[in-house]
Amino acid sequence: MKRINWQIWAGFVLSLVAGFSYPFVFVRWPITREFPWANLVLFAIAFALLFLGLRRAFKPDKRIVSKIFSSLAAAFGLLNLAALLFMIFVMGSWLPASTAAPQVGQKAPAFTLIDSNDKAVTLAQMLTEPINNQPPKGVLLIFYRGYW
Amino acid sequence: MGISVDSPADTRLHMLQEAGYKFTFLSDPNLEAIRRYDLVHANEIESGKDIARPAEFLLDRSGTVRWRMVTENFFVLARPEQVLEAVKTLP
Repeated sequence: MKRINWQIWAGFVLSLVAGFSYPFVFVRWPITREFPWANLVLFAIAFALLFLGLRRAFKPDKRIVSKIFSSLAAAFGLLNLAALLFMIFVMGSWLPASTAAPQVGQKAPAFTLIDSNDKAVTLAQMLTEPINNQPPKGVLLIFYRGYW
Repeated sequence: MGISVDSPADTRLHMLQEAGYKFTFLSDPNLEAIRRYDLVHANEIESGKDIARPAEFLLDRSGTVRWRMVTENFFVLARPEQVLEAVKTLP
């Protein structure tokens, strides 16, 4: 009786889920973004399934096609993991050095920029303009890469 | 407040409407402030343009930096609880 090698299929699909759930889901929370725990757990399950599937495909009575296919599926899973780790730990650190950024204790450089209502705003203004009739305790500057 | 090279229109749409943030966003398309803070990421590979590298600075009311985070990996950013902890030290 010929039965489908479900371990290979499930392992293959799960390795895709493990890789793509990072940019689409787990990147949202610091705890799963800074180190991809959740994705590594999914990958571990995927590789266990792929291993079982490979073992089954390499039994002597199995056809060469299933040996080739299951090897490709396992290799693709590994590639997927490598791509995720490369993105987070290698590409993530492709940032220029920032040696002249203001240090703790230094005065923050002044600037005038345009707000989301196309109005000019200065840092000095943000530091002094009352919020709910209270002078602000301070200002948090968040420089970010952009909305994308 | 957030500072990036995004235009006011992009910020309105993506940060205020879609993401629902309530704080101030400033646009720095010519990288004036970003350059002054030494945070230019020239020819960034994904966007293909000059943008800001991520960094956070907490200033007291005199404009002095009291706490900062200049990350070495853009998947690691200041966490809200770190900032709130730093805010407690403001005079």
